[in-house]
Amino acid sequence: MNKLKEKAKELLSSGAVQVVVGYEEGTGGKIRPAFVSRPEDADKLLYNADCHHNLALYLYKHETKRIGKMAVVAPPFVLRSILILTTEFQLEEDSLVVLGVTPEEELIEFANFKEIETWVNQHPIGMKEKDREMLNRLNAMSRDERWQFWQNEFSKCIKCFACRGTCPMCSCFRCTVDYNAPQWISVGSHQLGNFDWHLMRAMHLAGRCSVCGQCGEACPMDIPVHLLSFQINEDIFKMFGSRAGLTLKKESLLSTWKSNDVENFIR
Amino acid sequence: MDQFEPKIVAFVCNWCTYAGADLTGTSRLKYAHNVRIIRFPCTGRIDFLLLQQAFAKGADGIIVSGCHPNDCHYTSGNFHARRRWMVFRQMLENMGVEAERIVFSWVSAAEGAKWADLVNETVESIKKLGPYHKYQDMAKSLEEWEVTHE
Repeated sequence: MNKLKEKAKELLSSGAVQVVVGYEEGTGGKIRPAFVSRPEDADKLLYNADCHHNLALYLYKHETKRIGKMAVVAPPFVLRSILILTTEFQLEEDSLVVLGVTPEEELIEFANFKEIETWVNQHPIGMKEKDREMLNRLNAMSRDERWQFWQNEFSKCIKCFACRGTCPMCSCFRCTVDYNAPQWISVGSHQLGNFDWHLMRAMHLAGRCSVCGQCGEACPMDIPVHLLSFQINEDIFKMFGSRAGLTLKKESLLSTWKSNDVENFIR
Repeated sequence: MDQFEPKIVAFVCNWCTYAGADLTGTSRLKYAHNVRIIRFPCTGRIDFLLLQQAFAKGADGIIVSGCHPNDCHYTSGNFHARRRWMVFRQMLENMGVEAERIVFSWVSAAEGAKWADLVNETVESIKKLGPYHKYQDMAKSLEEWEVTHE
């Protein structure tokens, strides 16, 4: 990953960008997001398979935008997130320097977002074996078993909203769960409040998920919340033939429609 | 023991199904009285959170109905709604909710008889399924929480 460090140094010392958002080693050998604004600090940047944070989260926040032009270290799921955020008008096209990193830990430079679009279409990301297995298990269950499974999982929820806080797609200034007039989602972390929250969250992410799995990763209670998004992502692909984060076309799944959408349940 | 009479909430659009239900009445057609109709400007306005709320407040079944495709008063509200329901229904399945308790339909302003049939059939099918205890038990957690957090 020396290439990445060199590139970051070059960008910072030439003044092309004011900050590089990347990964560094944190306490206890864990990886954490890093904001590098001096060329001499670029040496702490790294990339490996443990880098799971979705850095697209920081690209549109006031706190980071204020620093100036940004470069971002972008594994495939960050690249997808950047495309989704662009189609949702959260990022301006070509407004940042994207330092793509492949799963093989190679650096790819993108001259513009159009090139990202081409690249992500040529390099599909598969699900982790562990997640694939869990989805198969869930699909093999009867509906009542699935209900019980999720009720058990949600009963652990403490409503810390880490899943929301870590997701770049949760870009609303004010989330539905924060409204109290009307109160859509009860604030308490009881059965109903937890269920409503997770159903609402998954619905609001349907068709917009970059499948990074960071929500499940962030959960302090180890609830596999990401599986809800992963599963609906697969279903949406079956129903509409599209996946989020593969296009720069401004056509979000649920804000567009086709007259020939095929369903089998409306009488 | 009285026979179980399901509570059904119907979310309908102002322009087609509400007028259709009105026609059922003016045509003197009798139909099951279990349904509570809530009128919306358009099916596109019917947020999935409203359906969650209906179940949480004790509904055993839900009807969602609006204009046929291409008949929307606002041109495309029902097309948007159709996509949303396709995704929402699948999401409910994935989470183990009994999605067949939500009946979706297109009922135009001229289909008074279809509305009567729709309600009757829905009531029959929900009677077979019985009360939605699972969801209602879950919803009780809110009441308990409210009592302890007064």
